Amino acid sequence: MSIDLNSGLIALAPELVIVLGAVSLLMIGVFATGSGVRIVNGLAVAILIFAGALVILMPTDGTAFNDAFVSDSFTRFMKILTLIGSAVTLVMSVGFAKAERFDKFEFPVLIMLATLGMMFMISANSMLSLYMGLELQSLALYVVAAINRDSVRATEAGLKYFVLGALSSGMLLYGISLVYGYTGTVEFEGIAAAVTNGEERQLGLLFGLVFVLAGLAFKISAVPFHMWTPDVYEGAPTPVTAFFAAAPKMAAMALLVRVVMDAFEPLTSDWQQIVAFIAIASMVLGSFAAIGQSNIKRLMAYSSIGHMGFALVGLAAGTQAGVRGVAIYMLIYLAMTLGAFAFILAMRRKGGNFENISDLAGLSSTNPLMATALTVLMFSLAGIPPLAGFWAKWYVFLAAIEADLYALAIIGVIASVVGAFYYLRIIKIMWFDEPLGRLEPVQGELGTVLGVSTVFTLLYVIVAGPVEAYAEVAARAFFAG
Amino acid sequence: MFHLIVFLPLIGFLIAGLFGRSIGAKASEYLTTGLLYVSAVLSWIAFFDFGLGHEEAMVVPVMTWMNVGSLAVDWSFRIDTLTVVMLVVVNTVSALVHTYSIGYMHHDPHRPRFFAYLSLFTFAMLMLVTSNNLVQMFFGWEGVGLASYLLIGFWYKKPSANAAAMKAFIVNRVGDFGFALGIFGIFLLFGSVNFDTIFANARQFDPAGDIDFFGYAVPAATAITATCLLLFMGAMGKSAQVPLHTWLPDAMEGPTPVSALIHAATMVTAGVVMVARLSPIFELSTTALVVVTVVGAITAFFAATVGLVQNDIKRVIAYSTCSQLGYMFVALGVGAYGAAIFHLFTHAFFKALLFLGAGSVIHAVSDEQDMRYMGGLRKHIPATYWMMIIGTIALTGVGIPFTMIGTAGFFSKDIVIETAFASHSVVSTFAFVMLVIAACFTSFYSWRLIFMTFHGTPRATADVMHHVHESPWVMLAPLFVLAAGALFAGVLFKEFFYGHEYAEFWKEALFVAGGNELLEEFHHVPAWVALSPFIAMIVGLLVAYWFYIRSPGMPKALAQSQSGLYKFLLNKWYFDELYDFLFVRPAMWLGRFLWKRGDGTVIDGMGPDGISARVVDITNRVVRLQSGYLYHYAFAMLIGVAALVTWMMLGSAL
Repeated sequence: MSIDLNSGLIALAPELVIVLGAVSLLMIGVFATGSGVRIVNGLAVAILIFAGALVILMPTDGTAFNDAFVSDSFTRFMKILTLIGSAVTLVMSVGFAKAERFDKFEFPVLIMLATLGMMFMISANSMLSLYMGLELQSLALYVVAAINRDSVRATEAGLKYFVLGALSSGMLLYGISLVYGYTGTVEFEGIAAAVTNGEERQLGLLFGLVFVLAGLAFKISAVPFHMWTPDVYEGAPTPVTAFFAAAPKMAAMALLVRVVMDAFEPLTSDWQQIVAFIAIASMVLGSFAAIGQSNIKRLMAYSSIGHMGFALVGLAAGTQAGVRGVAIYMLIYLAMTLGAFAFILAMRRKGGNFENISDLAGLSSTNPLMATALTVLMFSLAGIPPLAGFWAKWYVFLAAIEADLYALAIIGVIASVVGAFYYLRIIKIMWFDEPLGRLEPVQGELGTVLGVSTVFTLLYVIVAGPVEAYAEVAARAFFAG
Repeated sequence: MFHLIVFLPLIGFLIAGLFGRSIGAKASEYLTTGLLYVSAVLSWIAFFDFGLGHEEAMVVPVMTWMNVGSLAVDWSFRIDTLTVVMLVVVNTVSALVHTYSIGYMHHDPHRPRFFAYLSLFTFAMLMLVTSNNLVQMFFGWEGVGLASYLLIGFWYKKPSANAAAMKAFIVNRVGDFGFALGIFGIFLLFGSVNFDTIFANARQFDPAGDIDFFGYAVPAATAITATCLLLFMGAMGKSAQVPLHTWLPDAMEGPTPVSALIHAATMVTAGVVMVARLSPIFELSTTALVVVTVVGAITAFFAATVGLVQNDIKRVIAYSTCSQLGYMFVALGVGAYGAAIFHLFTHAFFKALLFLGAGSVIHAVSDEQDMRYMGGLRKHIPATYWMMIIGTIALTGVGIPFTMIGTAGFFSKDIVIETAFASHSVVSTFAFVMLVIAACFTSFYSWRLIFMTFHGTPRATADVMHHVHESPWVMLAPLFVLAAGALFAGVLFKEFFYGHEYAEFWKEALFVAGGNELLEEFHHVPAWVALSPFIAMIVGLLVAYWFYIRSPGMPKALAQSQSGLYKFLLNKWYFDELYDFLFVRPAMWLGRFLWKRGDGTVIDGMGPDGISARVVDITNRVVRLQSGYLYHYAFAMLIGVAALVTWMMLGSAL
């Protein structure tokens, strides 16, 4: 039982970069004065980009540390998405930090640590590395959620998130212990092998499965483990909300895919039901509840709940096409979400930021470019062809249909019709209501993010081919051999 | 040449319709009118070649329309005597009406549109009369219906004009429904919609056989009768025969030149043309011909009685048109197709003359149409007066019996009445009596119109009388041309249409079953029969003179003493009220019911409105779940886990 430390460290290179970066930046933050925050933020972005470059340029396939850590095409795909999410969030927080005195150097460092946790989650290949990555991420997120200490709303949200997160961690651990008890191992491949060779459908094992899935579902805020989402989204500072909506979702979804496709692969027919149920509940609740919202961040919370439901439709199929659909869905969701939050961060008038949807009234006549960009994003989120959001749904529904999950696909389509309402309502308010006055000029970085996101959404059809091919490669990681 | 005749009006329509605004009203007027004159001149040349000359009937192909299975339909012109007669009538009257409209519509801001519609109508009418198959005829049939609708509603800001336009369109729809079914019937019976094939097959038609109709064996004689009656239903709608006549008087809401062109001279005769064209088929069914005769006779009588008491100058003439169309159908019904077309031909002249004259009167008295506010206009507008006189003597059939001296109506109407008497139809006596009475009434209301309008003391306001003026030349000139036709068309063409030159003139265009010697027999009717229309005319004239010149108090006294009858006639036998009760109200009720209950309550309620309301309900409930309490959230999570675990347990138990 000798550990090949060398090859393990090479496989771990991007993570190591982030670890060292985070520790160094913490030092810089503590000792630098004055413009320290900006330096830390900039360096953090640079390190994340560097880590992303390593992921792309140094592809290593295989496992390390006694199969606890895996690296393959799927992990690379999801890691890149996660890193993009983190880096873009940091970029977007610059202007906000200046305007709202949100200038805490801990924020970039915590984001980096959370990102590190996510990357371990994505690469987790055993229940222990899973839990370690998850907790590393969660602890950072608990703090980030409550980072605005002076705000009652933010601290309340952070506390809620912490308590519920602890509950979900407990469930997850309980599930892991059950699984260990019935299979005698914590490694994914070992679990799969044990399930295949052991007695069929042990109830205790199924309990373990349910608890593990519940813990993971909490992280992607799927119904009924979503309750924290709207409160945290609304209460946390907007850059934090943007981060919550983007990067952790990527990692948690990747982890969920890994767990069900590797460890519980022999139990496909069982977890399929659970995932399908969670998917339906998320889609339906996300669509209906969002209609009643007047705060745009709260609306985005329900929107992300709904979108996680749609992504799970692909996972429920349990096929290669399904995993490909999930990967593409997460990519497109990331692009749309970052664009939407760039817009929300830019929602400023003289009196400061505003978050009410009705305050967007008549934006088309005061800020036509912004209104057009958000219109494109909203149409895309609603799933109107030929925008990116349509294709995202198309791939997952296609996978569901091919797997004969007709009911799931039909409910999904109905939910997306209901969901289209609140996206269209925003468009209606912007284009047809009486104008309320101009926005403050948009900061360059927000404008860039919004522009890139809009263009990507609008012209997705052009890059659809390569994206699909890359996602196909990523999905094949689970089906090789 | 025939391409030019038919398509020049279409070109005029397209140019005036599409570019009317840019080229201006003047250019639109002159262009459409000029093109119509070219068509009219070419039509007369064709008339001399094919009617009076010895050119053989022919078919001018234009292009293939559709070719579906055994159904082959071409765009083509069937050129024979019937066609060229109609070409002459349509194009001549249309050209004159175009000319007249230049003066009459002088003050209207939408003249390009008006002239475009007139040309569109002319084109559609030409497609109708030249068609070589039933489908193309139906195309023209609907085309004239459309143009009629557009022109009746030309003054679309007038609610009554819109209502009249809709009424005309909808009533015609009833007839067209029958016509379309009739076409289907023809296709079923003869396997084609082309006239040549139909007529050839009709000649070998065996009435004793059976027709397979959706698996039922139907006697061929019944089938042919049904088909003919359906076709005649179309004719009744278009030619305003009882009971589908109600739209015609209302159609007078349109500008007067439109009334002259469409609702007197041309479109309303389409039914007559269609029956004449399909004479080989109608001759196969005696029953259908009897129906045609009866309907025609009733219409002639009915419309004449209503005409007696109307006060609107145009409505009187409209009912007169209705009545005269009845004459034509009687002639068709007894198998005297030539006589029907002859009456159509002469009627086009004198009825257009009367309408245009009435238009000239209306123009003179500042758009007043009620004859009770006219009177004494003879001195002020003498040219119009004399033209109206000529129109009236032509309509009433003034002439000296047993000679060749007489107006157009004298010849054509007398022929119709005599053939009605001479025919062997079971209803010939009925038709004859009806027509003679109608002739008497015709004379009465025509002279009543003249006397009320032109004679006596002026009843218009001094202001109006002050403005009374003779119409400009551009309006009078068409009157003179039509007057010449009204006076001489009869005597000139009598022998061709229904006399010694009959066979030479019509050649193969009209078909009469063997054994029908009407052409010869009507010459030998008793002298009192030949005299009867003349006497009826004189009686009508004298009574009118008595009522409106000698003792003007008489009509009022009579109306009061016979108030029931008077009201009955004044309200047009209560047809409109009857239809309103039978069809309009139930249809409105049904429409309102389906709209409010069916669409509003059921479909919207169950559909869009209901669903959105339920969505909002669900949303409200779901939003309430998000209470903000931590223990609620934790509870939800635990419930979720518990539910999933239970599900797994139950799943494993199975």
